[in-house]
Amino acid sequence: MSTENDPMAEIRASFFVECEELLEALQDSLQIMDDGAEDSETINVVFRAVHSIKGGAGAFGLDALVRFAHRYETVMDEVRTGRMEADADALKVFFQCADHLSDLVRHSRDGGADPAEQSNTLLTRLNALMGEEGGPTESEPEPEIEFQPMGLALDLAPLNDGSLDDLLDLDALPPLGDLPDLPPLALNAPKTYTLHFAPEQELFETGNEPYLLLRALHELGTAQVTCDTSRLPPQQSLTPEQPYLSWTIELETEAEEAEILSVFEFVDGLCTLKLTSGDSDDMPSDLPQMLPADQTTPTSTPEPPTAIEPAPSPAPQPAAPAAPPKTQPPSAAAAVKSVVRVDLDRIERLVNLVGELVINQAMLSQSLEDANLPPHGDAISGLEEFQRLTRDIQDSVMMIRAQPVKSLFQRMSRIIREASAAVDKDVRLHTEGEATEVDKTVIERLADPLTHMIRNAVDHGLEKPADRIAAGKPPEGQVKLTAAHRSGRVIIEVSDDGAGINRPRVLQIAIDKGLIPADSQLSDSEIDNLLFLPGFSTASTVSDLSGRGVGMDVVRTAIQALGGRIAITSIPGEGTSFSISLPLTLAVLDGMVIDTAGETLVVPLNLVVETLTFAASEVSMIRPGQHVVRVRGAFVPVVDLGAELGYRAPLTDFEGAVALLIVHENGSRAALMIDNILDQRQVVIKGLDDGFFRAAGIAAATILGDGQIALILDPSDIITNAAQHPQEPLQAGVSA
Amino acid sequence: MSLNILAVDDSRTMRDMIRLALQPAGFNVHTADDGLHGIDVLDVIEPDAIITDINMPRMDGFGFIDAVRGQEKHRATPILVLTTEAAPELKARAREAGATGWIVKPFDPAKLVKALQMVAG
Amino acid sequence: MTEHDSPTTIELLTFQLAGQEYSLDIMSVREIRSWTRATPLPHAPACMRGVINLRGTVLPVMDLGERLGLPPREQSDRAVIIVVTHGDSMTGLLVDAVSDIIALTRDDLQPPPDMANGAATGMVSALTLIDERMVRVLDLAATVSLQEGLAA
Repeated sequence: MSTENDPMAEIRASFFVECEELLEALQDSLQIMDDGAEDSETINVVFRAVHSIKGGAGAFGLDALVRFAHRYETVMDEVRTGRMEADADALKVFFQCADHLSDLVRHSRDGGADPAEQSNTLLTRLNALMGEEGGPTESEPEPEIEFQPMGLALDLAPLNDGSLDDLLDLDALPPLGDLPDLPPLALNAPKTYTLHFAPEQELFETGNEPYLLLRALHELGTAQVTCDTSRLPPQQSLTPEQPYLSWTIELETEAEEAEILSVFEFVDGLCTLKLTSGDSDDMPSDLPQMLPADQTTPTSTPEPPTAIEPAPSPAPQPAAPAAPPKTQPPSAAAAVKSVVRVDLDRIERLVNLVGELVINQAMLSQSLEDANLPPHGDAISGLEEFQRLTRDIQDSVMMIRAQPVKSLFQRMSRIIREASAAVDKDVRLHTEGEATEVDKTVIERLADPLTHMIRNAVDHGLEKPADRIAAGKPPEGQVKLTAAHRSGRVIIEVSDDGAGINRPRVLQIAIDKGLIPADSQLSDSEIDNLLFLPGFSTASTVSDLSGRGVGMDVVRTAIQALGGRIAITSIPGEGTSFSISLPLTLAVLDGMVIDTAGETLVVPLNLVVETLTFAASEVSMIRPGQHVVRVRGAFVPVVDLGAELGYRAPLTDFEGAVALLIVHENGSRAALMIDNILDQRQVVIKGLDDGFFRAAGIAAATILGDGQIALILDPSDIITNAAQHPQEPLQAGVSA
Repeated sequence: MSLNILAVDDSRTMRDMIRLALQPAGFNVHTADDGLHGIDVLDVIEPDAIITDINMPRMDGFGFIDAVRGQEKHRATPILVLTTEAAPELKARAREAGATGWIVKPFDPAKLVKALQMVAG
Repeated sequence: MTEHDSPTTIELLTFQLAGQEYSLDIMSVREIRSWTRATPLPHAPACMRGVINLRGTVLPVMDLGERLGLPPREQSDRAVIIVVTHGDSMTGLLVDAVSDIIALTRDDLQPPPDMANGAATGMVSALTLIDERMVRVLDLAATVSLQEGLAA
């Protein structure tokens, strides 16, 4: 992103980022209110969030957003001042409005489907809460975009130094809303006015300065100012805070009365002001103040000050907001952290550089070790320190892109609301571990799989309220979403307290769809895993949400693509739970380094169940090129890695062969036969440029300490290929 | 001689826009993101004028103006209040709290500059 | 060949393959690396040698002689890898030896004849004469894209 952009565009981009934060705070606070755990500050957070979004949106001319936010804000104002109660029904509407606000923001930012139609429905509901019938009406006060006329002087004598030139660059101005009519600029012949101006104490107490007011009058034309000092007492009894001076100004100007009076807009009511046309000879002695009707006047009338102390404290105000800071509830903004916003591109670059640093350090270490230097000498200890620092840098950088999963969980809570509404079930979402940090990319790629699982839970997992009651459960279904760090990985769990997996039905469906043979004998856990088979979907009717042909296989593929694992457990009658285990970041991989046919390769550790050593007696041939091996009573297909990759002819002697028991995509297992296991370590993932050639069975590459490239395998790919093409000796097209 | 302005608003967008409006006009703009923060910054930069929002966490605009006016040296420092409505009650309240003037959001940068010049010179 | 109002200078890197001379526009050449063993990619076409480590980047290496359908030969001890960029990608081209950098104008380029050597057709974009020797100018885009005349 170039920094030489139009600054307004940058601020606009930053505004949308701010909106996301505000929407998150809004969600949080509404949730707290829904849980009944709110305090007096919670509703203020809600109000301010909507208020700020409205304010910024107005600056960028996002009218639909402003309109909706304005109404929402008005209602939230009623709640925060205690005039409206936020009961369960109201909160439902507030949640919907928050979701809609989010849609409007997104639409303003990204375009796409216009959510504006929803606005009217929700505005009607908001009106209903306010006790008003019907939808948005013409009479609804539009948020005023009013510009205070501020003595538009055409003659800006003291400011002619060009400092305003930038301001008059129309491109730099934000898009303005409906411009109200400014008071007509006087293009008339100059007229003479007489002004009598006597400031009162309050004028000074609000920081106004008569000198500046007089100067502004000077800018309107030619002014002759006389100061009346008659009320000045002798110096000894002079109190600085008391006003004693007044002025008479004869002003010859082309400006209209309204314009002249607008100079005094801020001090209206804090002074005595009389304006007459003509010069001072014509001025009657006590004309009432003449302010044009459209000038807004404060409710306080211009009277001599009463009992005002020099150090002003505000007069009693209605519903004064709490000025002294209270101890904040932990839910509200935690101790304000110092943050810096960084371009994602820069972070990418940094992550890449650190990856290369790690590789480089490994290569250096290797070279130094090979050089047989004294083990306790400077070089080796320096190297150890270097390794430690590199590991620390790597750890820190890898977590730079880490974000709390909270935003993801909040999205899920919206999904639950929509899903439960669509199928008419009452569902409550519990979350734990929202602060758990995960790489931003991982979070983004988790959204779809999680959405699907949540919808499944609501649609299929949870029973209808009547059934739940019959089963002795509370009618409200519970879905639990948790995240935690555990042994260097992130564990995310989605569980429901529904009916659990209907195993007989699942088994039958799988048989009917030809996914498994009719006489299959499967354990409970194996039946559960049938859900992950492609083409499996238990929805007999396509409901609103699930059963669109997107099965759990897509979910699992997505999880595995992130280097993760997903496991399912279920107890009939009690519920189902999915457990996802993910690496902390996508840039590195926990891998098992192996060699086969002279080539060093890496197998992702999350797919390795265990290592095996064959005894020839345990291996049986199904047909030429296809073997299976007995692993604790079950037969597992053998995949000869060296042959599969085309490095050499298939092995025939299995005695003592080393293999990795791999979990395949569909949950089944395979034994991947290799030559040796070399090591187990974290490797930096380097993508392979797809442009020229996509190697089957290879996911990526890494660079080892010796500088050599080791390919990172995609075991599932290899196993699938092996099953489809039983090995023939030496494939054609093996590279030299 | 550039004037020092302190702009207090919890919206980053608003702070950016104020800065964008005022810096080309020669003002030095300092910002704070709520009333409490504003008090801290006040001590450091001694502004010639202050612009503040009303609705802010921890200490809102009125509380902030109160605190500012409570300081001897800032009893007459010009304070402009940012409001999203031109409602008379809000203006009255602002004035009662000690504000010098007000500016309605969304603001026209030229008008913000003029308003500042009007109250701060 | 593109038309230009005035002859523009181009610089070519010339190199050798199976006794023949070829060249590439120098603008697409990033660097020249001495030969290192490439990690082979499984089931790759014969012209793909594998990948090498280029300062922390994984660089695919193409056996250019194989790609152009030239007869197989012993690996030259002057073999080098020419690292070229095309679009957003980088590829290494394995050649027998690098010769020189020559400056020419577009007028010095002639269109290639329809060569009997079918595999190379489409990858040679022009011919030129340097010191009485015929040098083939390669079309990089066509060469690195494996669609064109892939030698199985």
